[in-house]
Amino acid sequence: MSAATATLGTTSLWDKVRTYSPPPRFLPLIVTIALFAGMFGAGSVRYENFGDPQVFLSLMINNAHLIVLAVGMTFVILTGGIDLSVGSVVAMSTMILAKTLEKGWSLPVAIVTVLLIATLLGTVMGLLIHYFDIQPFIATLAGLFLARGVAYLISIESIPIANETFMKWAYEPITLWSTYWIRWSVVVALIAVAVAAYVLAFTRFGRTVYAIGGNESSAMLMGLRVGVVKVGVYAVSGFCAGLGGLLFALNTPSGNSLHAVGMELDAIAAAVIGGILLTGGRGYVVGALVGVLVLGVIQTFIIFDGTLTSWWTRIAIGVLLLVFVVIQRLMTRRQT
Amino acid sequence: MTTTHEERPVTTTTQNAGGVPAAQTPEPVIEMRDISITFGNVRALDGVSLRLLPGEVHALMGENGAGKSTLIKALTGVYTIDSGTIVVGGEEHQFSTPAAAQAAGISTVYQEVNLVPNLTVAENMLLGREPRFLGGINVRAMNRRAAATLERLGLDIDPRSMLGDHPIAIQQLVAIARAVDVEARVVILDEPTSSLDADEVEKLFEVMRRLRADGVAIVFVSHFLDQIYEIADRMTILRNGRLVEERMVADTTQLQLVQLMIGRELEALERLDRAATHQVTTTEPVLKAVGLSRKGSLEATDLCLYDGEVVGVAGLLGSGRTELARLLFGADTADNGTLEIRSARRRLRSPRHAIDRKVAFSSEDRKAEGVIADLTVADNMLLALQASRGWLRPIPQATRNRLVADYIEALDIRPADPNALMRNLSGGNQQKVLLARWLITEPELLILDEPTRGIDIGAKAQIQAKVAELAGKGMSVVFISAELEEVLRLSDRLVVMRDRRKIDERRNHDVTVSDVLEIIAGQGDAAGSRTEEETSRD
Amino acid sequence: MTDTLTPPAAERAARPGPGARILASPLLWPVVALLLLVVINTLALAFDFAGRGETSFFLNVRIQDGHLYGNIIDIARNSAPVLLVALGMTLIIATRGIDLSVGAIAAIAGAVACTRLVGAADEGAVTAAIMACTWALAVCVLLGLWNGFLVAVLGIQPILATLVLMVAGRGLAMLVTDGQITTVHNDTFSDLATGFVLGLPVASLIAVGMVVVAAVLTRRTALGMLIEAVGINPEASRLAGVRARTIIWTVYVFGAFCAGLAGLIIAANTNSVNANSLGLWIELDAILAVVIGGTALTGGRFSLAGTLVGALFITTLARTIPNVGIPSEANYLFKAVVVVAVCLLQSPRARAALRVRRRPVPKGAHS
Repeated sequence: MSAATATLGTTSLWDKVRTYSPPPRFLPLIVTIALFAGMFGAGSVRYENFGDPQVFLSLMINNAHLIVLAVGMTFVILTGGIDLSVGSVVAMSTMILAKTLEKGWSLPVAIVTVLLIATLLGTVMGLLIHYFDIQPFIATLAGLFLARGVAYLISIESIPIANETFMKWAYEPITLWSTYWIRWSVVVALIAVAVAAYVLAFTRFGRTVYAIGGNESSAMLMGLRVGVVKVGVYAVSGFCAGLGGLLFALNTPSGNSLHAVGMELDAIAAAVIGGILLTGGRGYVVGALVGVLVLGVIQTFIIFDGTLTSWWTRIAIGVLLLVFVVIQRLMTRRQT
Repeated sequence: MTTTHEERPVTTTTQNAGGVPAAQTPEPVIEMRDISITFGNVRALDGVSLRLLPGEVHALMGENGAGKSTLIKALTGVYTIDSGTIVVGGEEHQFSTPAAAQAAGISTVYQEVNLVPNLTVAENMLLGREPRFLGGINVRAMNRRAAATLERLGLDIDPRSMLGDHPIAIQQLVAIARAVDVEARVVILDEPTSSLDADEVEKLFEVMRRLRADGVAIVFVSHFLDQIYEIADRMTILRNGRLVEERMVADTTQLQLVQLMIGRELEALERLDRAATHQVTTTEPVLKAVGLSRKGSLEATDLCLYDGEVVGVAGLLGSGRTELARLLFGADTADNGTLEIRSARRRLRSPRHAIDRKVAFSSEDRKAEGVIADLTVADNMLLALQASRGWLRPIPQATRNRLVADYIEALDIRPADPNALMRNLSGGNQQKVLLARWLITEPELLILDEPTRGIDIGAKAQIQAKVAELAGKGMSVVFISAELEEVLRLSDRLVVMRDRRKIDERRNHDVTVSDVLEIIAGQGDAAGSRTEEETSRD
Repeated sequence: MTDTLTPPAAERAARPGPGARILASPLLWPVVALLLLVVINTLALAFDFAGRGETSFFLNVRIQDGHLYGNIIDIARNSAPVLLVALGMTLIIATRGIDLSVGAIAAIAGAVACTRLVGAADEGAVTAAIMACTWALAVCVLLGLWNGFLVAVLGIQPILATLVLMVAGRGLAMLVTDGQITTVHNDTFSDLATGFVLGLPVASLIAVGMVVVAAVLTRRTALGMLIEAVGINPEASRLAGVRARTIIWTVYVFGAFCAGLAGLIIAANTNSVNANSLGLWIELDAILAVVIGGTALTGGRFSLAGTLVGALFITTLARTIPNVGIPSEANYLFKAVVVVAVCLLQSPRARAALRVRRRPVPKGAHS
């Protein structure tokens, strides 16, 4: 403890940089960032054009919806919970959006409706979990079935989205510099990450999320509003799933009940790979972002390679997941 | 211990109080009068009173089940009281939640640090009332305020560091800092020292002295008598949910204190004619432990156990009696020391190893570590035997029925229904089933940790008689109990524990309860009466 | 008891009359729900046919082409895969675990069997079918060992440990089939799903056979008792010398084996394997069946009979929905409702809310 006070005044900036060692809590995040950089670097060396910044930007564009899902999942996992419903909620959201637009609702109203319904579903799951002690796994499993069912109920067929404004958002490129561009979905996703990072780090809600994940009964004894926050994280996750659905529709402009099957697994995998401890309390939302990028870079790798088939993606994700799960286990074992 | 009396800063409050605490004392910060609490059929507190004066350290003393925790929880609003009054600053209060108690200036620090390891020290101190700026937390202001509080307590802790990166002792101090930051008038410290080393305890005491000087009333619970004598001014002693006495620490010898805590309750139990009748034969020991230790739970301890002998282990809660038993059984693994069972060196890495060597252990925590509540009496009885046979070799139905019926009858288990669910049995009957579980494995060494705690008197007598009978048949038994009479009545040899060490071991020749009390209090003529070869090496 | 006039409450409760025993049975509600579905079906079908001037009875079973034929025979046959997976899941859940990877394992089993068949010298031969299935099941056992290793040895939370294989498993299945939808032509193999023995569907016979195996395995040996002991109180079990590791390992292997059988039946049903969709979400259906059957997700006591009823319930539900004129895709909605209803019925909080509110008495009060 005295080391911190000794560094004042006399030590130069260079000394600080030279002797800097990251706190252990950043280690998983740093490992993931290094992993991403390494994979991206390896790809650049191995394949032509892999190192082109547009490849990275496309990675963001293609996975914008997943980034938002992973952000929501981060909130839930940080409290020690899990949300299996997000993939289905994405499908339901695309369906609601497509159907309402088809019925001639105005775009803003349709969007608000989607976000409200998704948030409401999340809130209900949160209430079941907190007030009736139903395990998060099973409560969100019900949510999974419900959202998928609602999607099917709206229509079994795929509904195209033909709203002009929406299409403009979907396809209008935002030029960053020279020929490099992104789409609006990336902007939304990055804003979501930024807002989530601020909320988690600098608000009572966010710190309570960490406190619950660290030790729920302690958080209760500390007088924190555990109930509100526990319900709140599922509402946040629901909202993010709805938003993710909207972004998904930007990439694939249609409503379809078969969209995003198993996407909850990708979101959970991204969070785990991003260094967020599934037992709760540890990890950063930036980790979830990097986790998504790692998943994306695997995909890009396989596309660029050409000889590798698409199913290697899943196997590679599985292996990565295994590695991180084992590392997490070793970390928690050391601490206890 | 001798030096501590001079060191203790003498506040005016305690000096004025002198030997007659009632009349001239200042207005109590809190007064609890005639508090009673009942859980189901159990009377956890029965008309207990507690007075806390400003600027004192008040020790709350009592053995397991005395009602200390219940009393604290009644004060802090965790439990609601059935009858009695709580007067805070002259007004009657009834706290329904911990938050309400906190608002009235009563803060609690529990044995397990009830903070969150993955937040910073400052956040742990201030979360829930942190300074804010535009809806967000003002981290700078929060760190500043935390630093100020830490400095006031003389603690050199970086408020920005993660709580979990600090040792438990520091975390404990942070918990106190959190309690103090609420402008607490009363701070309750429930066994804060149980996992601290001497330096850390000293640091904690330093903080406590500062708080006392500021006029805060501190309730202090600790199982270490020396600590009580070093820091506490007054104490309230509880036993079996009743108030025994309120006393000045300075006017009470350790011997008196231990007597008050353990008490002597006349029990209409049949006298067991076996104390000291047994002579150790010259055979090899069933079990021989040399220098057995485990960090934070037991210091190096030697012990020999022989066939047909009951070894009683006496000592207060937290003295290391349970920890010793767990190491002998492999429920915890020892850091150091050797264990020989029937003269063969063994490393007990799990209970299985011990069971395979014919050692059996019944835990003091019946509910968490013994009973399988949703299984039947028969399944509970046969669990250990079945586990050692493996699942592929089920116990034949006929054997099963016979064993269960035999033990239900032999131990008089009620209801005498093998298919009754364990959860529906009374504590005494559950304990008998657990005893049966181990007897069925035909152990050579049986370790019983508080087998008679919290059970009715009839069952108690039956279990005691059974233990005597088993030893008579040649089994080696280790009998641990908080009740000294019981230990003395049953054991051939006596081991006394204190502060995680074996402090004495002797044959049970006319040893009286007061002898043991003296040993525990550290006043026994230890040197003279220790037995020959097995004296502890201190 | 010596004093027979006033037996203690516990004993009185243990010997209720037959009526009370039925009412207290944990199987009561699942069975009632299942019967309710049957009634709904019967009525819906009767109305439907009556509208067309015909008569039909849902429960009718007749003999056609030398085997039994009818709605309930269909349900029995269709429920086989879910029942198999749920069977393994019951034992896993009883040890406080969960296995998310069973769907992926089923896909791998189907993939292995079909590729072995296609690669066999004589694709249509009986021996080829037997060899292919043996290979597939052997692979499943290996996968079960893997899951068990992660859970029992490394001590990883079951949900995470099996997530690994859930994510990677379908990729592995694709690897086996080379990403193709592999079609096979082997009568013995397709008999697994569509064949009949003694007039009864083979798939059901296999599933029921496994239920019997599981029942014998758990109730005739000590496995069931030890599983429950570990699930109810792991620490007390450890102190009693129970080898939790072996037991946990055993149930994961059994679960994977059952999932493999389910995968074979599903593949045989279409005579093909699509690694992407075979057994998709069957783990969720299986968990649902277990929960409906009254085995708590928190582990401990389990009921194989309950799981049987649960699996039948899910299959019947899937059949009921189109029968009453709702699009079959709405099935998911009903499942969601069932999950929530069952969980609320099991939740002490919800039950307490249903009764008159009383202040809860804190338990375990000792210093």
